[in-house]
Amino acid sequence: MNISVSAPRWNPYIAGALVGILAVLSVLVTTLVLDKPKYLGASTSFVRAAGLLEQTVAPEHVSQNAYFQAKKVKVDWQMLFVVGIFAGALISARLGGSSKFETVPPIWEDRFGSSAVTRALGAFIGGFILIFGARMAGGCPSGHGLSGNMQLSVSSLLALVCFIVGGVVTARIIYRGGSSWNS
Amino acid sequence: MEQLIGLITGITFGFLLQKGEVLRFERQIGFMLLQDMTIIKFMFSAVLVGMVGIYALHAGGIIALSLKATQVAAIIIGGLLFGIGWAIAGYCPGTSLGALAEGRIHAFWAILGMLTGAAAYAEVYPVLKGNVLAWGSYGKISLPELLAISPWLIILTFIGIGMVMFAWFEKKGL
Repeated sequence: MNISVSAPRWNPYIAGALVGILAVLSVLVTTLVLDKPKYLGASTSFVRAAGLLEQTVAPEHVSQNAYFQAKKVKVDWQMLFVVGIFAGALISARLGGSSKFETVPPIWEDRFGSSAVTRALGAFIGGFILIFGARMAGGCPSGHGLSGNMQLSVSSLLALVCFIVGGVVTARIIYRGGSSWNS
Repeated sequence: MEQLIGLITGITFGFLLQKGEVLRFERQIGFMLLQDMTIIKFMFSAVLVGMVGIYALHAGGIIALSLKATQVAAIIIGGLLFGIGWAIAGYCPGTSLGALAEGRIHAFWAILGMLTGAAAYAEVYPVLKGNVLAWGSYGKISLPELLAISPWLIILTFIGIGMVMFAWFEKKGL
């Protein structure tokens, strides 16, 4: 089994198990060093980043908003964690020679055509809906899916089931008819 | 220090997401079309390993759990909404940045959509707070508490289910 840094791909079970170890180490190290456990999560950082951007044009509006007050608009552990995802993926892709310039993914193209504008619109609308849902549910596949389920949280098991049901049903409806379907 | 630990953890996470190939639109949608189980192999492996470590450290009194509140209505509605958006975008919040880093330029628009959606959620939060978010609220509960059994029994059950699923994926070539 090749798990050298220059391999383009690692077995998903191995890479996943290493994420499990990373998640546990993160909680252990942050408990020991910062005296508060940091469980992996990503979606709250989009709220904080939105707040930071909004602050530049309407600072009073942000400081008066109950959600921004509750989540605290700041550059914290998780914000750097999310920035780190970009850096880590960049390093891995470069070392493994597995970067791929892509404006329209094949499954999307089969169904909606090769327009980068259509794809950009879809990505934007999907992104808008998914973060709205994630914040309402209290987390995304990182916070609920990984961290919450590792802790055997009832809320996270329910959330994961709903993520999957919503995704599977929607994908069936919107990508059915593309040439990848049933291939 | 807090930010530095976050950055190092994030870099390692992003590295593993990229090596596991789970950043790809094709893998995410491939799972939703039930044709490719890569992201489930990755995610469930992480969760199974993680639950053993978390509960071992918790049993030793070394770490505290940080459960999210069980707000049934908000989780069901929000979770389904997430799924709808996830199927259209092909990314989740964590994978979107990594996907951009490996060259999937269209992930940029998903990230922009997420920032806009997050700002929109902040605007409607005061309205939701008094109703949807409060419906079916049971606080922070874990499966061992709910079922009144040892966490290790639940963990062993999940590992058993996971192994059967993994064996089935491999047999079917998913």
